[in-house]
Amino acid sequence: MTDTAEPATPRRRQRRLAERITRHLVGVTISAIFLAPLFWAVAASLKPTAEARRPPLPPWPTTGFSTDSYQVLGSVGSGIWTHAANSVIVSVATVALSVVVSFFAGYGFSRFSFPLKNLLFVLIISTIMIPFQSILTPLFLILAKVGLQNTLFGLILIYTTLQLPFSVFMMRNAFDGIPKELEEAARVDGAGVFTVLMRVMAPLVLPGVVTVAIFAFLAAWNEFLAALVLMTDQDNYTLPILIAAVRSGNYGSVDWGAVQAGVTVMMVPCLILFVTLQRYYLRGLTAGAVK
Amino acid sequence: MSITTQETEAAGIGVRDRGRSGRRKRLRRSVAGLLFVSPAILLVVVFFLIPLGSAAWMSLHRWPLMGEPRFIGLDNYVRMWSDSRFWDALGFTIYYTVVVTIAIFAVAFPLALFVQQPNRANSFYRTAVFLPVVVGFGSAALLWVWLMHVDNGLFSPAAQGLGITEGRFNLLASYNGVFWSIIIMVVWKTAGLTMVILMTGLQGVPSDILEAARIDGASASQRFRRITLPLMRRTIALALTLSVAGSMLAFDQFYLISSGGPRNQTLTAVYWIFTQSFVSFRLGYGSALSIVLLVILVIISTVQLRLLRDPRDAR
Repeated sequence: MTDTAEPATPRRRQRRLAERITRHLVGVTISAIFLAPLFWAVAASLKPTAEARRPPLPPWPTTGFSTDSYQVLGSVGSGIWTHAANSVIVSVATVALSVVVSFFAGYGFSRFSFPLKNLLFVLIISTIMIPFQSILTPLFLILAKVGLQNTLFGLILIYTTLQLPFSVFMMRNAFDGIPKELEEAARVDGAGVFTVLMRVMAPLVLPGVVTVAIFAFLAAWNEFLAALVLMTDQDNYTLPILIAAVRSGNYGSVDWGAVQAGVTVMMVPCLILFVTLQRYYLRGLTAGAVK
Repeated sequence: MSITTQETEAAGIGVRDRGRSGRRKRLRRSVAGLLFVSPAILLVVVFFLIPLGSAAWMSLHRWPLMGEPRFIGLDNYVRMWSDSRFWDALGFTIYYTVVVTIAIFAVAFPLALFVQQPNRANSFYRTAVFLPVVVGFGSAALLWVWLMHVDNGLFSPAAQGLGITEGRFNLLASYNGVFWSIIIMVVWKTAGLTMVILMTGLQGVPSDILEAARIDGASASQRFRRITLPLMRRTIALALTLSVAGSMLAFDQFYLISSGGPRNQTLTAVYWIFTQSFVSFRLGYGSALSIVLLVILVIISTVQLRLLRDPRDAR
């Protein structure tokens, strides 16, 4: 037996090794292709202004690193910090509001029965089928009517509403996954409804909360059209609107280094968020695929 | 609160014979449930249902930004028939959707097959391909419009430097240059999403069935076509729905990269509605266009949701 097997094994092993090397070569090439544009933008943003005007070959700065492009952004619009703050406020508040509203709604839909429950649930979920682009005009007028036109708060309310179908679906599933006995045991021990919800349930649905938060953050941070239409006052521009204005030369001739610095400022938080919380993000994604 | 009460409630069975205290408890829990979901309902009503109703109402009016709106019945819809710009934009949007969806699947399916085995190298490759997905469309477009720039960008100088083209060429000046560049950009930006969804589907195909088929002598391509693909039906339909719905509403990349040009040839439906509503301020007409787009999308979603359903469930 061993005599006949011996000559075959090293050859087979060699072939397997060759296969593995090819596989990794392909994998690394694909990864490089997908990462290249991100790398190019970040590298270009670190070039001195004169160099940033030339084609990005090689992509990295050849005459030393420089923060020129970021400094240019300091003087456009109301200054990059104001606009970065706008984006942070809108995104963080959208996250907070989405989490709170969907946490309670998820609990309500999961654990209580009340008239029209199913209808109301379907109502919230089905708004995902309707493109918000088609209701932008009335939203614009409604915000004006309630005195929220051109305010970050108005934008926050709209972003939260747009995230609701996903958030509520996610949170109801999260609560559905917790055995009822757990809640009842705590209740028997004398804890009130609210205490049970915050002390016992909240930690258990935390993964769902994180998923809701990531999706809300990315959606609010990156959203373009609604912010473009609804924020007419320059002071309230979020980052994408500001950088789009820089790119179209609203603040003097187009400085591509500054545009890429803006792109970098917009991209980096998303990339960091995804890399650190990947698990929760992908859970949210596959929730739809499995259900 | 006893388990039995909750179970009866959950089953929706009346608790008439449970006595007064049970009924009161039930009522209290009903009110509590409604209170818990009320913020969500309020948001949906104020920022979704009312605007939706208003859009329909506004579409029946001449509605300038300043001055009084005037009721004109279905005039906006009649006018739409002869608005060749809108139909061109809609036609272009559908064409773009078909091309980009095919392109995304053509890239994402092989990628999904490539990275489906869980191991450390694959999880790195997955992350690399997926990263552009979390970058916003706005950022991605502002990045690519620079790469595509004739003098300061990457593609044109690089092609010249490598001797592929004689001189510089302006991708943004020709319809084909703009269209295919945007297709490539969108594939780069979204293929990772489709890949992950398809991968979940692939991993859901039971390996013992595939193994049994292999033993029975089915070839790799036979196994893929006869077992894997049919079992992935729901996943494929989901990925398709996401891609189609997203592409039909495309705006950011066309606004930021081509401004609808050259010669308005890359104007999408949402872009045209945006122009009518917020550049020309024909709010009534813009609403009528929105309603038409909305109806088209709801039809597409409904058809696709039907595909999502297993045919054996329907029977």
